[in-house]
Formats: sequence, C-alpha cells, structure tokens
Amino acid sequence: MAFEYAPAPESRSIVDIKPSYGLFIDGEFVDGRGSSFKTINPATEETLAEIAEASEADVDLAVRAARRAFRGWSRMSGKERAKYLFRIARIIQERGRELAVLESIDNGKPIKESRDVDVPVVAAHFFYYAGWADKLSYAGLGPDPQPLGVAGQVIPWNFPLLMLAWKVAPALACGNTVVLKPAETTPLTALLFAEICQQADLPPGVVNIVTGAGTTGQAVVSHPDVDKVAFTGSTDVGKAIARAVAGSDKKVTLELGGKAANIVFDDAPMDQAIEGIVGGIFFNQGHVCCAGSRLLVQESVADEVLARLKRRMGTLRVGDPLDKNTDVGAINSAEQLARIRELSDIGESEGAERWAPECALPSSGFWFPPTVFTGVTQAHRIAREEVFGPVLSVLTFRTPAEAVEKANNTPYGLSAGVWTEKGSRILHMASQLRAGVVWANTFNKFDPASPFGGYKESGYGREGGRQGLAAYLKGADL
Amino acid sequence: MARIDVRKTYKLYIGGAFPRSESGYSYEVTDSKGKFVANASLASRKDVRDAVVAARKAAPGWAGRTAYNRGQVLYRIAEVMEDRRPQFEEAVRQSEGVSAAAARGQVDAAVDRLVWYAGWADKLAQVIGNANPVAGPFFNHTAPEATGVVGVLAPQSSSLLGLVSVVAPVIVTGNVAVVVSSYARPLPAVTFSEVLATSDVPGGVVNILTGDATALGPWLAAHMDVNAIDLAGVAGSPELATSLEVAAADNLKRVRRAPDAEPDWTAEPGLAAMTAFVEQKTVWHPIGI
Amino acid sequence: MPTTAPTDPVPGLAAYSEVTASEASLRRFLHGLPGVDQVGAEARAAGLGTRSIKTTAKAWALDLAIRMVDLTTLEGQDTPGKVRALANKALRPDPADPSCPSVAAVCVYGDLVGEVKEIVGDRVNVAAVATAFPSGRASMDIKLADTRDAVANGADEIDMVIDRGAFLAGHYLQVFEEIVATREACVRPDGTHAHLKVIFETGELQTYDNVRRASWLAMLAGTDFIKTSTGKVQPAATLPVTLVMLEAVRDFREATSVQIGVKPAGGIRTAKDAIKYLVMVNEIAGDDWLDPDWFRFGASTLLNDLLMQRTKMTTGRYSGPDYFTLD
Repeated sequence: MAFEYAPAPESRSIVDIKPSYGLFIDGEFVDGRGSSFKTINPATEETLAEIAEASEADVDLAVRAARRAFRGWSRMSGKERAKYLFRIARIIQERGRELAVLESIDNGKPIKESRDVDVPVVAAHFFYYAGWADKLSYAGLGPDPQPLGVAGQVIPWNFPLLMLAWKVAPALACGNTVVLKPAETTPLTALLFAEICQQADLPPGVVNIVTGAGTTGQAVVSHPDVDKVAFTGSTDVGKAIARAVAGSDKKVTLELGGKAANIVFDDAPMDQAIEGIVGGIFFNQGHVCCAGSRLLVQESVADEVLARLKRRMGTLRVGDPLDKNTDVGAINSAEQLARIRELSDIGESEGAERWAPECALPSSGFWFPPTVFTGVTQAHRIAREEVFGPVLSVLTFRTPAEAVEKANNTPYGLSAGVWTEKGSRILHMASQLRAGVVWANTFNKFDPASPFGGYKESGYGREGGRQGLAAYLKGADL
Repeated sequence: MARIDVRKTYKLYIGGAFPRSESGYSYEVTDSKGKFVANASLASRKDVRDAVVAARKAAPGWAGRTAYNRGQVLYRIAEVMEDRRPQFEEAVRQSEGVSAAAARGQVDAAVDRLVWYAGWADKLAQVIGNANPVAGPFFNHTAPEATGVVGVLAPQSSSLLGLVSVVAPVIVTGNVAVVVSSYARPLPAVTFSEVLATSDVPGGVVNILTGDATALGPWLAAHMDVNAIDLAGVAGSPELATSLEVAAADNLKRVRRAPDAEPDWTAEPGLAAMTAFVEQKTVWHPIGI
Repeated sequence: MPTTAPTDPVPGLAAYSEVTASEASLRRFLHGLPGVDQVGAEARAAGLGTRSIKTTAKAWALDLAIRMVDLTTLEGQDTPGKVRALANKALRPDPADPSCPSVAAVCVYGDLVGEVKEIVGDRVNVAAVATAFPSGRASMDIKLADTRDAVANGADEIDMVIDRGAFLAGHYLQVFEEIVATREACVRPDGTHAHLKVIFETGELQTYDNVRRASWLAMLAGTDFIKTSTGKVQPAATLPVTLVMLEAVRDFREATSVQIGVKPAGGIRTAKDAIKYLVMVNEIAGDDWLDPDWFRFGASTLLNDLLMQRTKMTTGRYSGPDYFTLD
C-alpha cells in the first residue's frame, strides 16, 4: 500500500456568501445604479453571487463620500488612526479562516496558500502600517508630511485581499481616504473587508468599495477629484492610466507585469534551487506578476536541473483549492485559461518542447497542469510575454555576463532570482539585474517591511516598507 | 588695424565629442536686446537619436563607478567651472540680460549647486535606503539605483543655474542625461559642455543639444530607450507637457512633471530632483549556517 | 530480514573508487557536493509537515511506524531486567491487541545484547551501539573490539558513531577508514555481517552541508544505514536534517544503484511527528523507502503514542497512558 493523501477539504460552511452584493459607499452597502455581473468559483464554474457593477455615477458618489470623510480622517491624530488600523488587523486575524476560504473559493488558489500566505501577510500589512500612522514625521519624508486626499485604487484578481491590503493600509495610515475597485472575477473578499471596516467602526467614507470591470476602474482613476491613483495589473492598462493622468496633479503608482529570470548557477544549493524554481512559477498557479517564469540555468548543470525539476513537478498535487494537500489550484477564469493555452500552443508551434507531469484534472472548472518548456530561446514568445500561468520557460546560459544580459533583455523589470553559493557573485548579480526585487537563494518572499515594485515597464513607485509611505504623502521623496 | 577676433562655433555635445547638428541646421542666438551673438547648432531628432545611443553606451560604466568617484567627478566640474567664472558670467549676462552682479550671483550659485550635489553621491543611499526587518530569517535591504537614460528638457529662462540644477541631480545618482538646452539662451549650456569635456566626466554621460524643446521633446518623450524625462523646460506650456507625458507612457518613463511656471532655482533643491530618477531595489537573502 | 547493500563490488560504486583513494580526492569530492541552504531546507520540511493523509492510509502509516521503531534504551542504569522488559514490549507492543505488529529492533548497549536476544530470538532484531558510543572518543582498536564483542553477542545490527572530532578537523579519510574497518568488524565467522548504521550526531556537525558530506562519506564507505543522532546531544533528529539525509540516499541510489536506509533518532515522540517523517520519506526519497528495511525511528516514548493513536483509530475514542505498558 502506498501513501495516499486524504481529500482534506477545508469546510466551506464558515463562509456565508450572499446571493447578491451591492457597493460599499459611505459606510453602507448600497445598490448600484448600473447593471450587475456574476462571480464564479473557478474550480467548479458554480455561480457564487451577483455583484453590482458600479456606474460612473456610483463611482462619483463613492469619491464624494471619500472626499467628505477625508476632512475628518486626515485631521484625526495619527495615534487614533493607528488604532483603527490595528483593529482592522486584529479582525482580519480573527476572521482569518473565513477570509482564506472565501479567497480560495472566489480565486481558485489553494487553501494552504490563502491560509498560510495571503491572509497572514494581509494582517501583517495592516499591523505594519498601523504603526506608521503616528510616526510619519519620523519617516524621513519631511517634517510634517501631509496626505494627498482621495486615493483611487484598482487591484487585480491574483491576490485579491493582499493587493487590497497593500493599497488600503498605507493610504489610510497616511490620512488618505480610498475608493477601491477589486477585480471583477474576485470581488468577494473585498466586500467581506468592507464588513470588517464596519465591525471596526471605521468612520463612513474612509474606505469605499466599488465593484465592476474595466469601465468602473477607468471611472475611478480618471475621476477629477481623485488625488492619487494606485494600480496593480497589466502593463497595457498601466500605460493607459499613465496617459489618462497626464497633465494632472494626480500622484501615481503602478505595479505591473513581469517576466522574471530565475538564474541558477552550477554551484547553487541544488535542492533548494529546485524548490525555488517550483515555488517561483507554480505558486498561485503562476498568477504572479513577479513569478520566475524564465528559468535561466547554467548549461553545465542544465540536464541535472531539468531532471530534478521534472521529478519534483511529479509530486505537485493539482486540484480542489479547498483541499489542504493541494499545491496548484484552479486558473482564475476561462479568459485567463484561454490566454495560457494560446501562449503555450504558440510555444509548441515555435519549436519549444513542452512537458507536464501526468495529473488528472477535474472535469469542470478551469485547469492547467504545471508545464515546462525546454529548448526555449529569447526569440520565443513564451520567453518574452507574460503568460501569467503555471508555465515555465527554460533557457540556458554559459557565463554570469550572459545570464545578466538575458535576464535584463526584456521591457519588464519587476523581480529576479539568483541561486549560487558564492556570496560575491550574489552581490554582483543583484547589482546588475534591472529589477525592483532580487531574491537570492530564495524566491517569492513578501513582507510588509520590504518595498516591492518594478523597473522599466513593470511600473513605478514602491509598495511596502518606509518607501510605501511616499506614495501617499504630499511632496514626499522616496 | 584692429585685430579681427576669432569667433567660436557653438556645437552640440554628444558622446564626449562636439559635432555639428546632423541636419546641418543652425539658428541665430541673440542677446536679451535682440542683438546677434552667434549661430548655435539646431539639434534635430537624429541628434536626439545619436545622443540617446551615446548615453546608453555610457550608462553601465557611469552607474558602475563608485559613489565616491562620481562625487569627485561632480566636484571636479565645479572646480573647472569656478576657473571659468568670467566666461560664464559674460554668457549669463548676455543671455539673460541681467546685471554683471546678478550674473555673478547665478554663476556662484551654479558652482555651489554642483558642490552640493557632489556631496550627495555617497549619502543618498544612506538617507533613502533601508535595512528592512522582515518577519523571517532573511537579510533584506533596499537601496536606490540609477534609472538609466534620462531626457532633460532644461529650463528656458535660467540658462546656467537652472541647467545645472536639473543635470547635476540626474548624473550624481549614476544616470546619464540627454539634455535639451534653453532654446533662446543656449550659450551657457554650450560653455558648460566644454567644462564637462574637460572635467573627468566620461563621454556620453551628459549630452547637450541646443535646440527647441517643443520640437525635440516629443522625440525624447517617445524614445523607447529613454527611461525617464524631466519636463522642466516646458514649464508654463501645459498642453505640450501633457502630450509629452502621454508619449512618455509608451514605455512608462518616470516623468518629472513640468511646473506651472519656472521655479526659483536659487531655492534649496531638496531631494526630489534626485529621487525622481532612482529605482529602489530590494534584495533578499536567507540567513543561515 | 533486512536486506543489505551488496557486498560484491557494485559497478555504480566502483566509479567512486578514485574518490576515496586519498584524503585530497575525498575532500574535493565532499566539498564539491551542492550546498544546502538552511532556510530553504527548513521551509521545505515545514511545508511537508502540513500534508494530511487519508484515514485508511493513516492506520497503515501507524502500523508501518510501529514496525519501523528501534525501541531503544541507552542509559548507564540499564539492567538485564530493564532490557528484558523492553524486549517483551518489542515483541508485543500492545498486549491487548494481537494484531499490533512488532517493532523493528531493540537497541541497547553491546553488553546487554545477549539478554535481549534470549527473549526476542529471531523475531525482532537486536541492535547494539558500538565504537565508544556516544562520544566515539577511544582508540580504533577499542572501537573495533567493542563492535566485535557486540556482534559476537549476537547483535543483528551495529549502530556506530563517527569520530566527529576527526570529521570537523577535516580528516575525512580517517572517518571513512573507521567506517570501513567497523564494517569489516561486523562480519561474522559464517561470512554474513551485522547490519551497519552510521550515526553522525548531526547536532554536533551543526550544518546541513556537513550532514550531506557525512552522508556521502558513510555511503561510500559501505554503510547500510545513515542515522542522525545518539539521542545524547540536542538537537537530535529533526525533520530538516532527515530531509537532507533522505535527499542524500535518493541521490546516492541514482548515482550508484545502491539503496541506503535512513534512521532519525531522538526527539521523535508523537505519532503526529512520525507521520510527518513518513510523508517526507514518501515525497523526498519515494515509497521504496517506506519499509522498515529502509527507514527506522530510533525512539522509546514514541511507541506508546503510536499505540495510543492506533487504539483511537480502532475504538474511535482517545486513549490514555494508563492503558499502555511503561517499560
């Protein structure tokens, strides 16, 4: 008898999904004036709830509520603002299981990630920025830094709650009020967060949540009374936002796409490097802007690395996101699945060799097996375009200089990985890689104290850390 | 018979050399009273292109210098400028139509500004970088790095102090610059480029084009191998500034927006001109045995 | 009965004969092994600890874990009476339930082997610690005599300690030769040999790099098993240290076709912990190692917790210590 892992589903009964949701404006849930859309469970295609699609008028109401609330919130002492944020952080911890289950249901990510990564880091983010609220004058950003006003924030579907935390926590700590639009495929945890704001007795209008798709997002970022735009998402939309705010006084931070190189030298700590490669690309189904989607492996160890990688991929468990043993969950949407399939097919037709371990995929829902492409060159589209899925392209290099050249040969510059036991080489590589985050002998680590953000077309501004405050204060220099 | 003086040809400064404009065009530069002073090279879009190539080529070497060395080079620029103060005073007086005393004041301030920025070279990272106490066994720090090639539309009014105030902060952090000088007052910029050429600044680190920011700005803003742009030179032209910002979005350039009007360049600069063109890089490494 | 690594030269191993030909070549080889990043290794081990297994698999896993236990007493105060009691427990861990399997072996000091053997016969193995256990600080002659004595007393298995001083001083060939010599001392007059386990005392080697090097060194020297600890030094067995050793035996088999067993010892006290180890064995080395011939737990208190959980599985209620023998 071999070992069998149990289907160990996290109980769904803890979450109470309503049949329909309105918008959260001025401290209340209100009906939208526009139409509505459905959010589904990507693992089953079951409809979870009907969600209001905020119209331009709804967005305007939300911005007005935020503007009214700004007066009181920005004048409140930092000490008091801090306590609201600490409260929110605590409630997130208390309701952590519920948030994790809801996130996995709406997003498709494995419960072990929503439970062990997303939700704890969300709480940590609120704790971290809560502590800043009454210490802003010590941040080295001026003697008496002032908030910007109303922040319009648009976030993606890959880390719905975590991206909310990255946006909302620093904004509120600095005394801004926010209008936030969650992604249309993953609105539920943001709406639960609205409930948490109510539980925390957060003054009405400080946080407003408007659900919807691209048009709603556009209304948020281009609203004339929005002082600050924060966006995480695709580079194309990021560019459109940069154009839309041109000529205005709006301060902007953009957290966009990536095509990170994960560079493995022949002297790497091999077993950990394999884990880093696997975690780098298959964490969160590869729906990660900083995913290590290009493996650059030194040619002298390429065969060994590939053999080990494939063996390890064979132990990945793909399936029910709510199963505690699941390593790779569902692709977030039919649209994203189609994109992953399209680029993978192109990879094959361009001559790269495709491999995936045998794994039974559920019959309903959106699934894509962990996949690796070998024989990839810089000329292949799968080596240049962001797949945003569990698809790894493997390229080889001979020397450190070639690794740097290939790693930097992309319009993106969000993150990079380096695996070598040689300290001086790590520091050299870290200095040469044109990326905002360099993980050396580790990958995909996140912390509220650690600034995150990109070079080049991966966007500008930093989230997290002291640097993250600068995005929400007037005239603040990083 | 009086001696016939030898007049200077005012040229562009690209990649450490002084070419004429690729197009062969020049334009008349007059003093503040409209009297002809000289012909200046009229830079074309092809000069922008060449300057960007030269800048990109110089970028890794300059960013790779030690901060101490970059500080020394900036200080050296100040030294050489100081040595040529009369020439700069004359150029500023002529260009801006100010009194000799006022021109002297501008030159003094410009030299002092270089000295001020020179000192920042090895301090900015300490002031805006951080060691980050993350919740795990990881070394984690964040430090600024150069953004890369920065397009600089230099101020139109302040021909020397304004120019130095936008160029020095760009290069002190390890960036390289493609500068479009004041259109009507380009001569101090040309003299400044002669200073750069003789003060240990590697060729290509600063490239100075005399010409029209309204004509060259769009090429610079849309250039996909330029990482950032300072729009100081189009202050007071909001429509042009907006269109440049829109063009800059094509590769998500870092944009330092144009102010409503040209600022008082004698004011304490603060960090903003430097921090606008640095990238904060965060590096993680496990801590173990 | 335990299978052992073949005594005949194995083609896979032969390729390594030059490695162990000199101190310099052995050092070069061991230092050329890929490094182990501590943080990454520990994160991987912790990640595997969150797996949960099926109820049916759990019942099987508990029985497997019992069958893998080297029931151990290694105290100065051990007496014939004490070890006889332990031997009885090894045969019938749960007197109330005849379906409960025996453990793999009883592990005692060499002078008490005969006492145990009298009771267990061939039904359960007897393992003896040797080579100046636990410190390993004695001259080679003494260590070999210690080993021969235990084998002569009927030990089926010998758990030797390496000279950590020599290892940490970089005298790898000395450690290698001690293992080779001890293995020769395990040979019985009839040509068979007692099964050899090499204890590294990983708590003293401290780094995972050392653990990986020690693993390869011992495997090249012809050990049958590699074992973490004596139980006398903290930390003893841990999940990550066992992870590194499991990676070593996995890689060694890939390179030489020779399979080596792994024995974490000391510090494993609960059934929950034991199952985490088994999950790790399964995912890192593979299910070939899910067998008492290839994986053991050096433990004493662990057994009763396994029995309690086993009873919980069959009765559906939680049991208590009063219902299990304390020997």
